[in-house]
Formats: sequence, structure tokens, C-alpha cells
Amino acid sequence: MSNTSNPNSGTAVVANAVPIKDAVIRIAGNSQDGIQTVGELLARYSGRSAQEVMSYMTIPATISGGPSIYQVRIGSDEVLSVGDEVDVLVAFYQHSYEQHISVLRNGGVLIYDPDQVKPNPDDKRFTCVGVPMTSLTIEAIGGKGRDKGKNMFLLGLIARMFDLNMPKLEAMLKDWGAKRDASTMEATFNAFRAGYGFDVGRMGQNFRFIPNERRTGRPLVVMAGNQAMAYGLIAAGVRFGAAYPITPSSQIMEILRAELPKYGGMFLQAEDEIAAVCAAIGAGYGGRVAVTSTSGPGLSLKTEAIGWAVMAEIPLVVIDVQRGGPSTGLPTKMEQSDLNIAIFGGHGDCPRIVIAPRDVEDAFYSSIEAVDLARHYSSPVIILSDQAIGFRVEAFEEPDLKAIVREMPIDFTPRGADFKPYEDTPEGIPHHAPPGAPIANNNYPILTGLEHNEAGHPGEDPKFHTVMTAKRRRKLQKLAEKLPTPEVFGPAEGDTLLVSWGSSYGPAREAAEKSIAAGEPLSALCIRYLNPLPPGLDKIFDRFKRILVVENNDSGLYGFGQLAAILRSRYCNPRIGGINKADGLSFKVREILEAVHSQAR
Amino acid sequence: MNNATNNAIAGAAVVATPGQPVQPAPYKKVDLKSDRPTWCPGCGDFTLLDLYFRLCERRQIPREKITTVSGIGCSSRFPYFVQAHGVHFIHGRAVALASGLSLSRPDLHVFVFSGDGDAFSIGGNHLEHAARKNIHMTLVVMDNYVYGLTKKQTSPTSPIGFKSKTDPTGAVDPPTNPMKKLIAAGATFVARTSHTNPQHALQMMERAMDHNGFSFIECLSECVEFYPGAFDAANPRKGGQFTIIEEKKNDGTPEDQKRHDPSDETAAYKLATLPFPGVFGVFYQAKQRSKNDREQQLIDTARAAAGNAGPLASLQKTFARLK
Repeated sequence: MSNTSNPNSGTAVVANAVPIKDAVIRIAGNSQDGIQTVGELLARYSGRSAQEVMSYMTIPATISGGPSIYQVRIGSDEVLSVGDEVDVLVAFYQHSYEQHISVLRNGGVLIYDPDQVKPNPDDKRFTCVGVPMTSLTIEAIGGKGRDKGKNMFLLGLIARMFDLNMPKLEAMLKDWGAKRDASTMEATFNAFRAGYGFDVGRMGQNFRFIPNERRTGRPLVVMAGNQAMAYGLIAAGVRFGAAYPITPSSQIMEILRAELPKYGGMFLQAEDEIAAVCAAIGAGYGGRVAVTSTSGPGLSLKTEAIGWAVMAEIPLVVIDVQRGGPSTGLPTKMEQSDLNIAIFGGHGDCPRIVIAPRDVEDAFYSSIEAVDLARHYSSPVIILSDQAIGFRVEAFEEPDLKAIVREMPIDFTPRGADFKPYEDTPEGIPHHAPPGAPIANNNYPILTGLEHNEAGHPGEDPKFHTVMTAKRRRKLQKLAEKLPTPEVFGPAEGDTLLVSWGSSYGPAREAAEKSIAAGEPLSALCIRYLNPLPPGLDKIFDRFKRILVVENNDSGLYGFGQLAAILRSRYCNPRIGGINKADGLSFKVREILEAVHSQAR
Repeated sequence: MNNATNNAIAGAAVVATPGQPVQPAPYKKVDLKSDRPTWCPGCGDFTLLDLYFRLCERRQIPREKITTVSGIGCSSRFPYFVQAHGVHFIHGRAVALASGLSLSRPDLHVFVFSGDGDAFSIGGNHLEHAARKNIHMTLVVMDNYVYGLTKKQTSPTSPIGFKSKTDPTGAVDPPTNPMKKLIAAGATFVARTSHTNPQHALQMMERAMDHNGFSFIECLSECVEFYPGAFDAANPRKGGQFTIIEEKKNDGTPEDQKRHDPSDETAAYKLATLPFPGVFGVFYQAKQRSKNDREQQLIDTARAAAGNAGPLASLQKTFARLK
């Protein structure tokens, strides 16, 4: 928690609250304790209060039950990562305390339940506040001997501790309970108010967020990356999708299955990953961009069909919410190790577009952009998200839906007598005619995985293959020319440039900010377009003594992570190195800074 | 949902052709000829191609709406030979592609032409689920009991003892029984025919086309190169017997008792167990709502619940909830 001298707060209720602009709260308990509800309500409250927010949760590998945490970082300034260490740790159980006390910063606040937890009395690093959450909750909700509602007690406790706006929070709680029965809601509010009545400040300190000066205009929306991506697709006019359930991407298909009928569309739960991509290709052939969402193992299975879509030049959006691999790997953990399969997966020379959103807000806009790219270039577009972005909740400015939301009509215009679907033009962009579009010269195209001529019919002449392979490649080269050069954060030249992609963006950028504040400036740059790469990177790289690619994957046989290896081969620049790890967790800012300092030059 | 005027998927609404479209002159089957078929002379697949032309001609399916989909194999070269929209997809996945096409484009009647390897071996899983879900399309499997394009390997329908390059001493594995497989999968139209009886085959194709849902036809189609004579036992011209299933007429006559009731699943399964050459005709047909229709109902219900709001209003409402 960073203190600040600016004490002008909104509605001060709690006396002597210390103004702060950043706090990391970790709630550790079991998965049935409802801590996710508390975390999500706090995240939503923050968004409604124009505070920046980012959450992090663990999903137990077990089917139900087991230890679980929810961490939420709230800030009055830009929140780029979920925080290396926590300011407040709430421990429900002894195991919660033992497992998580190491992430509590020196001087932080430990809130523990003395009914369940015996903290080490010799550990004087923290302000320890025992709050008998179990017994006080039971007392508050009528002494039935059940502690269900403990989470709401905790929410009240946190509300008091951080001087949150009670009427606003109670209104949110009412919304949350709209579909729950009256007695449950009565218990909820009793527990919540009992928690608010417990003044942690007597033993420690109360806090108050200073207003966020970065946010003045549009209201914020709060959602997880998977949600943002699903709604982005809807906004872009996608009305058909198909997928097979797989962690951590299932939420995307669940949302689309429920939402699309409202928009006149449908989502197919396919019998397997292959069927899902093939059905999406079928709908794309039918005239409108369709989507399939998956995670690592699913992408492996879809590879052959994606190759067909490259060959036949059919629009398609494939979302890969990456998890640890190979094989079943780490299904509930994040990793950025599908870059190679996304760019190169499949046999033959098989160019396709690959983009990676850098945070939850970008997940929304990336999915819209992917649809547009797929449609314009008649090409598969793979979006590389990951478990961290997919699951974490962030607040971002409500998109200008009026300007964004679009329909995607099918182009049934009759094609002229000179219609050639695969015309060998300088731009290389094909002209797709869906079923229903009459072709004037009755020279109907057959969409095929065989190499074909300009009319879309196969031929034995190998010269077609040379011409068409070049055409498909040229299409993406032309796209590359139009891509924006990424911006450098920090000094435009210097010693070290941190290059990130996808979810390593936040921690890498925060590392640069911290290093600048500390007087040893690092620069940072995030690459969103991974295939083709945007122009101008070579010139940027030339201005730095070393370029370190921060990515959550292994440093590989030859010492370089997946993007680092691609950048080295692309730019023949021996000063490109990397900071890699594969422990299933997002980078901590500290890990990046330590690696920058420890790596030999 | 398989009604041409009923565009289920929003935005599937036609981008208006300026003015009233001119009614095109009826086309003849010869107009549908395209690339010269690459099949071997005498191949049974020629008959199927000709019948497909006849079907399109007879029904005058709007030229631009004829959509032919296939996977990989000799049979799957089919779309190239039809002068209309078509897809030559990857091995085994034609039905999966056709599912997405059919569900997103309910104005089309998608025809899938496949072979025994493509449909029953590599594509077996998709067949099973498209049948179960009753996704509207017609699948014709041109079954030759052998892999032809790869030049004589054992196929899932090759009988035990069939000598191939992968079974030089004769096939050892029991073959797939297509009728049993499809009936068990829950297909709502299951028929069997042969290229040697074009009239019967055309009849089956017409009935399949009129069926709302997933219609399946196994058509024996001789591979003269790698399995000549395979179906002689079903060909009266070669001394065999082509036994047509007599269907119930419900005329109250005593002989009607013996006729087959295609809605009787158990009876259909019994017919499927007859030894080769077995019988030909409609084994099973059930009236069930297609997946396309069921999805349309979900759309109608959801649209009504949302007050038929447009996409912008619907998404704005959702985002208001997320504030």
C-alpha cells in the first residue's frame, strides 16, 4: 500500500483512515467459502468507483473443494499486474496462513480467524489482527452453528477497513442477491453488517483510496478476459461458433452458447475439437466469419483444418486460451508456450495471422480486430490469450458500443463473368463467393485443400503451387506493411528494452516504470501482432544494447524462448535475449527486475 | 429452418440484389457438368454423379444454392464435377463442415458425398453425432468396400477375407455394418441402395432430400479397379438379387402385415442383420425435429425474451450489468 500525502477523499466515514492509492488484498480459504464472490464484488465495486482493478484467483485442480485464493489489487493509478506481494492477507484456516504468509509484505496486515488459525507469535513483521470470523458470523446470522456467510462478514470487514461507500456496496449486494431467496439475503446482510461493525482499525489501521485522477469520463465495466473476448465477438457481428469444452477457455463457449440466440445466432457444442473448427469453417464458407475457441491440446487437434482454411482462404477466428503444455500439462495454470504452434502449426507453408491481447480490455478489442482481419484477408486468425488474462477480472472504460457494434451481412452479390476467386493480384486477397451468390459465367468455385488455379479448380501443373503459395504469403506481407509500429514505453534508446507479448505486458511495463522511478531506466515494448510482425521493430532494436523478450515459456534448446527465437531469426540480431519461466504463474515485477540485473551482458 | 424463406441466423438476410431478381430459365442436367471426372472408366461413382444432376434438374434447386460438400477419397472428388458451389474438404470431416454450414445457412440443403473410409473410419465420430443431433443435410456414402484413391487397402466395410495391400492374406477384422451403425446412432433417415439400380438410387435421393433432418444413404458403388465384382450378388444382371424393401401401405390387407414399417427401429435393425447382399430401400425413418429447427426455437425464444432488441441494445444491456 503506497501512502500518499493527498488526503482529499470522497465520502469519509471512517475516522483516521490513511489515504492510499494502491492495495493488494489476498483472501485465502477453501473453494466452497465463497471467497470468489467477495473478490468479484470488490472488483466490481472498484470499477464502479472508477478505481483500477485486477484480480487473480487459483482454480483448485480438484473437481470440488480444496484450498483456493482470490487476490484483488485496487489502485487509483494504472494497475498493470496483480502485485508481487500483498498488503492485506486474510487467512481463514491454518493452511491458508501457512501457505500464504510468505507473500505478505513486511508491515502488511494479517487478518486471521482465531477460531481456526494460530499465527506464529514470534513473527513480528506484520500487524496481526485476529477476527473471530467463524463465531461472529454464526452469531450474526442467528446461531445455527453454520458459518456459511463468513465471506459476507469478511466483505463488511474490508468495507470498514478501506472506508468503502456502504450504500453503493449494499446496492450491489442487493443486485447480486436478486435471484436468491429472502432468508438467504437476510443472513447475507446480517453477516455483512456484522463485519462492517468490526473495527479492524482499533488494532491496526483503516485506509481510504484517493480518487483516481486518470479516470474522468466514461464509466468502467468490470469483467474477465474470457468474457471480454466473447462480447467482443458479438460486437463484431459473429453469429456462429463451435467449440468443445476445455479448461481454461470453456467460459467463452458458455457465454456464446447462452448469448448468441438473443442476437439471432447459435453456438454449437461439437463432438470434438476437430468438429468444432470444421463447423466454424463451414459457417465461414457460408459467408460470415465464425469462431472456435479452445486451449492448447485443442489447437493441436485443429491444426489440419486450419491448414485447409489457409489453403482455401476461408475466414476463421481461432481463440487459444493458453495453459501449461505440452499434452495435458497444467490445465489450470497460465503459460505462453503455444506461440510456435499458432504461427507454424501444420504441414506445408501455411501462413496465418496471429495476434495476442495484452490485457482484459485488449481481449475485447482483439477479438473484434481478429474478425475484421479474418474477413478482410479471408484468412484464419489465431488469438493467443492465456489463462491469466482469461480468468482475471479488470475494470476498463466502457467501449463505445454505438461506434463498434456491427452486423456482418453475407455478400450474395452476383459475381461477374470474370469472377476468379483466387485471382493473382498484387494484394493477394481472394474473393470469396458463398453459396447463394450466383456466378455469371457459371464458373462456380470449389473451395479446396488441393492446390488450385485462380478459378479454384485443382490442376497438376506445379506452377500453380509456386504462384499460389506466393500469393498466400504476399497477402500477409501486405498486411504487415499496414500494421502500426509498437510504441516504446520509457527512454527511446538505452541499455535494455523489455519486449513482451500477451500477458507478460503488464509486469514488463510495471518493471520499466519501477526502474525509471528508481533512476535505472528500462524501456518496454509490447508486440500485439505476432504473425506477421509489425514494421519498424529492427530500428527500435538498434537503439538498445540488449533486447530481452519476457515470456512465460521455456528458454528452449538453444537458449531462447519462442518469440525471442523468432525475433532473432527475423532480425539476425544477436543482442536479442530473453527472460523466461515456466512455473504456471504470471511474472512478478521483481522476477523481471532481478533477471535484468543478473543476466550477464 | 430448412425453408428457403426462413433465414434463421440474423444477418443471413440476403444482401438485396438490386431490383427484382430475374427468374432464371430452367437448367438441364447437362448444364451442371463441370470438370471431367477423374474416376476410372466403369466406376460406380459416375452413376451417382448423373443421378445428382437428375435430382437437381428435377427439383430445379436454384443453381446458386446447390452446395456439394465432400472429404477425401475417390468419391470425394465429386464437387469438382458439379458446376455449382462446392467444398472439397479434409479427410473425414466433410460432415463436420456441413454441420456448421447447414446450421448457419438454413436456406441451403447441403449434400455431402463421401466414401466408406471417409465416413466410417476417419470420420466415424462426426457421422455419429450429426446423426444423433439430426442436423439437416443429406449424406450419400458411395461404399465400394475398399480404399481406391490410395490403391487397394482394406476399408472399414471390406469383408473378412478380402485380399488387399494391407491384408495380403485376407482381411481379418469384422466390417462395419453401415445400417446398424446409423440406426444405432439415432439417424432419422437411413436408406440403402446401389449404383446398379439407378432408378432406385434416385428414388432414395429424392426421399432423403424431402426428409427434414439428417438423411443417410449407403449406395453400393463398385470399384472396378480394386474390387471388381464386389456387388455382383446384388446385381440381377450378374445373376444376383436386388431385393427391395416393401414398405407398409397401411391398407389393412393381410399382406401388409408382412411389409416393413420404416418407423419401427427394431424391425429396421433386424433388416440390417441380413447377410450380404441383404435388402435395399428405406430401413428407418423417424419424424423428429431437426437440430436446425430446435436451434431456431432457441433463437425465437431468446429474441422474444429480449423484446426483439437489436444487437446494440442487447449488448448495451449486458454491459450495463457489468458496470
